[in-house]
Amino acid sequence: MTVATLSDYAARIEALAHDLGLVHDPVEFELVPENFMMEISVYGLPVRMPHWSFGVRYIHQLIRRSMGHSRIFEVMFPGDPCHAFLVDGNTLAENVLVTAHVLGHADFARNNELFARSMRMAGGHILEQSAARAHRIDAAVGAHGLDRVEAVLDAALALEAHIDVTRELHRPPYSTAAPGPEPATDENAFRRRYRDLPGEPRRAGRAEAPLRLAIPPHPETDLLWFIAHYAPELDGWERDIFLAVREESFYFHPVFACQIMNEGWASYWHARLLREAHFLPQDLYVSAIKAHSDVVRPYAADRQLSLAVNPYHLGFSIWERIVESEGLETARRICRDEDDFGFVRNHLDRELAEKLDLFVYEANPRDGIRIATKDIHAVREAILAPKFNYGVPRIAATKLDADGGLVLVHDHAADGRGLDLDRARRVLGYLGRAWRRPVTLVTVGEGGRERELAYRPK
Amino acid sequence: MTSRMRIGAETSWYELFSRGGRDWLRHNEKVREAVRDNLLDLISAPDMITHPGERTVRVPVRLLEHARFRLADPASQRGAGQGKAGVGDVLQPGGPEPAEGAEGGGEQGEVKLLVELRIDDIVDWLWDELELPDLQARPRAGIDVSETVREGTGRRGPRARLDRRRTVKEAVKRRAIQPNPVPFTDDDLRFHQLAQRPITAINAVVLFALDASGSMGDAERRLAKTFFFFALQGIRRQYRRVETRFIAHTTQAWEFPEAEFFQVTGTGGTAASAAFAHALALVREHYDPAQYNGYLYYASDGENAFDDRSAAAARLGELARLLNYVGYLETRPGMQRLAATEMSDVFAALAAGGAAVGHQVVREQRDLWQALRRFFVARAGEPDDL
Repeated sequence: MTVATLSDYAARIEALAHDLGLVHDPVEFELVPENFMMEISVYGLPVRMPHWSFGVRYIHQLIRRSMGHSRIFEVMFPGDPCHAFLVDGNTLAENVLVTAHVLGHADFARNNELFARSMRMAGGHILEQSAARAHRIDAAVGAHGLDRVEAVLDAALALEAHIDVTRELHRPPYSTAAPGPEPATDENAFRRRYRDLPGEPRRAGRAEAPLRLAIPPHPETDLLWFIAHYAPELDGWERDIFLAVREESFYFHPVFACQIMNEGWASYWHARLLREAHFLPQDLYVSAIKAHSDVVRPYAADRQLSLAVNPYHLGFSIWERIVESEGLETARRICRDEDDFGFVRNHLDRELAEKLDLFVYEANPRDGIRIATKDIHAVREAILAPKFNYGVPRIAATKLDADGGLVLVHDHAADGRGLDLDRARRVLGYLGRAWRRPVTLVTVGEGGRERELAYRPK
Repeated sequence: MTSRMRIGAETSWYELFSRGGRDWLRHNEKVREAVRDNLLDLISAPDMITHPGERTVRVPVRLLEHARFRLADPASQRGAGQGKAGVGDVLQPGGPEPAEGAEGGGEQGEVKLLVELRIDDIVDWLWDELELPDLQARPRAGIDVSETVREGTGRRGPRARLDRRRTVKEAVKRRAIQPNPVPFTDDDLRFHQLAQRPITAINAVVLFALDASGSMGDAERRLAKTFFFFALQGIRRQYRRVETRFIAHTTQAWEFPEAEFFQVTGTGGTAASAAFAHALALVREHYDPAQYNGYLYYASDGENAFDDRSAAAARLGELARLLNYVGYLETRPGMQRLAATEMSDVFAALAAGGAAVGHQVVREQRDLWQALRRFFVARAGEPDDL
């Protein structure tokens, strides 16, 4: 495969895509060795901060690859320009397919409101910025030693997804003035009147009329931001690390929140572009379509069934139907307005779920694995369950004690159950070592009884 | 319209480093640290000292997990799947064994490393970690021991020491320059020669003595056992052959095989002199100080009958003269304040008199490393700078 041939086909596919209405920011493609590709997928970015946990993922990926389970075709980073990576050892047909796929992603990223907002907040040069951050962290290792930097990264990366994406990336600190606009958001006039009713418990502390506003003024779910700004003992470079992880986490969020839509959209377009690219030689088209059906399929060829739903296949199937029944204009509007929640709930209907043989299974040691239901609501929620709240339990910082102690509260009522206590304890350990003051976490344990985990610095 | 795409292949810089590999090595370093922190549990098998088996321990090590907050596992996992199946179909029957793959498709299968550690390596780590010096065999000053060794060849000697190889060589050389050679002449014969050389003792004997009176509880014994193990490993590093003897005592002393040694519990009083007398007898009978580097390690909680003091001191003094070193480990688990004990007084007095003895008090496992270090530093004859 030569770069020249690929460039030639790619340019003609791009022209075709423009004719069909795709709009995208410039895309820089890079052909890279397979090993590098694997590292990009492990780290999430081409150049990223070092951490031993990436090493573990790397080995898992190596093992999967050596067992033939995992092939990575492309990784695409939205931005201006977008960056896409292809494997230089893949066939021309595969890379032509991937080029078309990436154009679908680029169109989606420009059109979708979550991506657009992320780009407005972070700018279009996230790869360069994350590389610069990685260099700063390398420098910190030189200045402060690996152990100290690693301790901060242990905490920051463990809390990676604990951000509040509804707020700004560059968010000002809490207003220190008397009751600012923040408490008003979760305390409306109705709540206030309700609380003033006879028989409601008086709120402690109200009477003393504190001069300073309590920190945080409301439960704060953006833990990385809160730690970076309000931890009593962090050095500047440590705060930088928390903010670096947070910034990358904001960047990853749209990809996470729109995975089914985005992969489906890109798959829809690579299939369509190739079908309509009459300039491609017949055998190349056939090989490319074979690559397509290896990726966009519900389950492995030697299986009848899968205990997971392939987002490529699900998204592809939903988009195909939307475009067919409601037209491309509607599809583009959905691209702009929805994320996976709206996409699956509004557009995966009973008929399609039946056609795709979707089901909900239940697994436990006693009964084994059993098909529980095919009810459409249950199917949708089972698909979406891992996506709530960026995939992590809802944990908020609720209090900063006078001694600098931090209180975290898990919203177990919203999550439906308590935390995995062993892991929670370990995360608390990471966090406590960075925070250097007592840290307490409230959740529920077995039988719904309240459990309080505590970290006390030595 | 102009293309908004560019395709390049400029990643030669990549070959210079692999970040995945670098972070994997860092992970392995952390595994190694974790294993080292748990060494004490690895060597808790009952016959570890005399039968370290293959002299390796296999430690299954999970890859380290970078913990994240996550919800507790529910009684039943629910997930979405796809394929031809009807409601109520059982895809995999339940049973006593947890169903493999019940986690659904998204989970990573667990990968375990089976780390095989050689005891020697573990001991090497410890030595590196504790910066322990290597021991010197005791100089055999004043003891005239030599052995007869083969050294060189000569033209004369008894037939039994004929050096065939050299003899043939000589014959070949001679035949090469003679016109009509005969196969062998008497001049061709070469014989191994013997010489008397002074030797250093390369064997060692380690005597372990343990106070088996009722006051030695499980915690005390565990401390003693762990200490004995590592002390022995340290000595094994230095000598080709190490013998071990195990002596337990109350008011009397008995010898035991190792497997029973740590289980032995006696009743009644404590008279350490009985154990020292037994040790003395063993040394005199089997372990000639001229041929053996002898070590005695004694562990007790410090109690000893008051009227046994002079007997114990006398025998210890004698042992210290015959052996390379006598070490005393006082196990006082959980003690906050440490008053001098009967036994530590005895050792302190001997040490003050210049005898090759030392004593250390340990309260918990962590103290053992310090104690080991002090014993070994003292025995290597270096100044104890701790």
